[in-house]
Amino acid sequence: MSGVFMGMPSLPVFGDGNLHIDEPFPAAAHRELGNTQMRANLRHATHTIRDKRIKVVGELPDWEELRDAGAATKNQVMANLPALLEEFEKNFTARGGIIHWARDADEANRIVSDLIKEQDTTEVVKVKSMATQEIGLNEYLEEQGISAFETDLAELIVQLGHDKPSHILVPAIHKNRTEVRDIFLAEMPNVDPNLTDEPRLLAMAAREHLRRKFLSAKVAVSGANFALADSGTLAVVESEGNGRMCLTLPETLITVMGIEKLLPAKEDLEVFMQLLPRSSTGERMNPYTSLWTGVTEGDGPQNVHLVMLDNGRTAALADKYGRTALNCIRCSACMNVCPVYERTGGHAYGSTYPGPIGAILSPLLTGIKSEENSSLPYASSLCGACFDACPVKINIPEILVHLRGEDVDSRRGEKKLPSQMDLMMKGAQWAFSSGKNLGLLEKGLPLGKLAAGQDKKIKRLPGIAAGWTQSRDIPAPPSQSFRDWWKKEHQSEATTMKQEK
Amino acid sequence: MKIALFATCIVDAMYPQTARATVKILERLGHEVIFPSGQACCGQMHINSGYMDEALPVVANHVQAFEADAYDVAVAPSGSCVASVKHQHPILAERCGDAALKARAEAVGAKTYELSQLLVDVLGVTNAGEQLGSHFPHKVTYHPSCHGMRSLNLGDRQLDLLKSVGGIEVADLPEADQCCGFGGTFSMKNADVSSAMLEDKAKNIESTGASLCSGGDASCLMHIGGGLSRTKSNTTTLHFAEILASTMAEPVSVTGEVFVGKGGKR
Repeated sequence: MSGVFMGMPSLPVFGDGNLHIDEPFPAAAHRELGNTQMRANLRHATHTIRDKRIKVVGELPDWEELRDAGAATKNQVMANLPALLEEFEKNFTARGGIIHWARDADEANRIVSDLIKEQDTTEVVKVKSMATQEIGLNEYLEEQGISAFETDLAELIVQLGHDKPSHILVPAIHKNRTEVRDIFLAEMPNVDPNLTDEPRLLAMAAREHLRRKFLSAKVAVSGANFALADSGTLAVVESEGNGRMCLTLPETLITVMGIEKLLPAKEDLEVFMQLLPRSSTGERMNPYTSLWTGVTEGDGPQNVHLVMLDNGRTAALADKYGRTALNCIRCSACMNVCPVYERTGGHAYGSTYPGPIGAILSPLLTGIKSEENSSLPYASSLCGACFDACPVKINIPEILVHLRGEDVDSRRGEKKLPSQMDLMMKGAQWAFSSGKNLGLLEKGLPLGKLAAGQDKKIKRLPGIAAGWTQSRDIPAPPSQSFRDWWKKEHQSEATTMKQEK
Repeated sequence: MKIALFATCIVDAMYPQTARATVKILERLGHEVIFPSGQACCGQMHINSGYMDEALPVVANHVQAFEADAYDVAVAPSGSCVASVKHQHPILAERCGDAALKARAEAVGAKTYELSQLLVDVLGVTNAGEQLGSHFPHKVTYHPSCHGMRSLNLGDRQLDLLKSVGGIEVADLPEADQCCGFGGTFSMKNADVSSAMLEDKAKNIESTGASLCSGGDASCLMHIGGGLSRTKSNTTTLHFAEILASTMAEPVSVTGEVFVGKGGKR
C-alpha cells in the first residue's frame, strides 16, 4: 500500500480575498489616528447617523420584539441552511434563473468573469455589493480586461478616488464634500469645471456620468440583501435608484451573494424591512426596494444568474460561539456607534468588513490563525455599544472574547518564548487564584510608593504597560490593602471581645 | 441582612477607601458585613484577554470564596466585576466543560449585586441624604461605566443616588454613555485608540466645570483620573460609594494618598 494518502484533495475551509489586514490593527490604527481630517469627518457623520437612528428606533414601541424576531429568524436560517439553500435553488431555477455555487473568492470571480465574457462585452455596471468587494471582483475583472463601473454614488466616489471603502454602508464616509468635488473634477470625464461642493450639484454631475453607463451596459453585477427561499426571489434595498437601473436595464444580470443571506419566506421581509433601514441610515424606509424572481419574457434582464458564495461561511457556521455573526444584515449600526471605529475609520481594519462586525467576521471567515487578522478581536474596549445597536442582537462583545480565547489557544504549545502578555497573565493567575496569594502580593504595596515620585504618581512603566503611561499616570499604591485593614480591625475587635470576657 | 463584601482586586489593592466606604454605608443601614478572606479577583482580565485556561482557577477561587450559602447577598462596588461574576463565570465554566462549577457559579451570580443595585433594589435606598445622611458639598459630574450600563442595566441608579446626596451639585456629562477607553488590557494593546477615547472623555468632563468625576468602577476611574492627572487637570475622580459614605460629621477625605491629582476646590 502506498504511504501517500490518495483520497480527496483537501478543500479550502476558510475564505480568502479582501478579508485580510496586512499589518496588526494597533499599527494600522496608529497611522489612521494621525489623519485628523478623516477623524473629524467620521465623528460628524457617525454622530449624525447615530442620532437619526435613535430617533426613528424610538418611534417603534415594539423595537425590542422586532430585534428578537429578526434574531430568531436568522438563527432558524443558520440552523436549517442546507435545506433552505436547496429550496431556494429549486424555486430560483424553476423561474428561469441559473445558480452557480462558489466555494471561495477565486471560484466566484472566475464564474462572473466567464459569464461576462459570454456576453461579448468589456464593460459592466455594478450596484454596490459587499460580496463582490469581499472577493475583489473589480480588480479581478480589470486583470481580465473588463471594466466594472460602480453606480452607487459613494462607491463611485471611492472608485474614482482610487481609494478603498471605509464603511459598508457609507463607503465614502471618510471624505467631506470638498474632497468629493476635487475627485470629480480630477477624475470624471466631461465634468463642469465650475463644479462647486453643493451636494445637489455633485449628485447631478454623478447622475449625468452614470446615465451614460446605464444606457450602454449589456451586463450588470449586483449583490443582494435578502433571498427568499419560498419563492426564489432576490431583494436589493437602496437609496438612490441607481441599483434599480442596474437591475432592470441590462440584458444580463449577475448577482453575487453570500449563502447566509437567506430568509425562509416573503413574510419575513416584514420584520427585516423595518429593522434594516432604521438601523443603517436612520430612515423609516429606504427609498428603493427591488425584488426580482427569475426571468420575465420581454421585461428586464433575460439572463439572470446568481453566484452563491461560501468563502469561509460554512467554517464560521461551524464555530459554535461565533456562528451568530452570520446573522448580520450589513446595516452598519455597530460601526456608527463604535468608539474605536469612530476614531480609526474603516481602513484600519484592513477588510471589506470594518468595525465591530468586521472584528469578528473577518477572523471567523478566514480562521483565527490567518495573517494579522488575529489582532482584530482585540480592536475593541468591549463597551457593548455594538450589541445594543445590532438589529439582530449579535452579541459582538461575547464573540470578540471567544475569538480572543481561540487566538490565545492557537498559540499554546508552540515552541516560542512566552510573550510579555503570557507572563503577565501567568503571574496574575497565581496572584488571583487565592486570597492568600493576593494578600501576600499586597504586602509589597508600600514598595510601589518608591516607584512613584514626590507627587505620588507613577509616570512611566516598562514593557507592555508602557502603553498605559503614554497618556495616563498611575496613583501610588496605598500603604495598606483593604484586606489588611479589615484583618486588623476585626482582630482588634476579637481581642477586645476576649478581654471583656 | 448578612452581606458578603467582594472588594475586587483593584479596590482591595489600590483603592481600599472605596471598600471601607461600602462597609460604612451598609453598616449604617444596620447590616452585618462579612469579608470572605479567600476572595481575590473575578478573573475578568484573564477572560477578556482570551486567557481562558488561566482564568479557570481564578473563577473557581471566586466561586469557592463566595459559596452561596454563607450569606444573604454579596455586593461589590464595581459594575464590571459583578457583570463578570453574573455572566462570564457560568460561560467560562461551561466552555471548560465543568458543569458542577457552572451551577455553583450561577448560584453565586444570582446572589451578587453591584452596590447601587443592592441599595436601590434590595435595601430600598432612594434618598441618600435622608437615609444614609450623605453630605458632600461639591460640584460633581458622573460617568456611567459601560458594563454597569449595558451588562447590568443599572440605568440611573448610581446617578439618582448621587443626586440625592445633601449639598451636592451634579452636572450633566456630555456624551456620558461613551466608553472612556479603558477596556482592561485594551488600554495597553491598543494604547493609541484608548488614549484618543480618553482624551474626548476628559474634555467632556472638564467642560462641566465639576471638581470631581464620579462613577461606579474603580478601573474606569483610575483610567480617567490617570489621564486628568497627566494633563494637570484640576478635576479628579471619586467612586460614588465614597460620596455616599461622606457625612456632615465625617466628610470624606478626598486628598488621601491614593488619589491622583490635587483635585478641585476642597
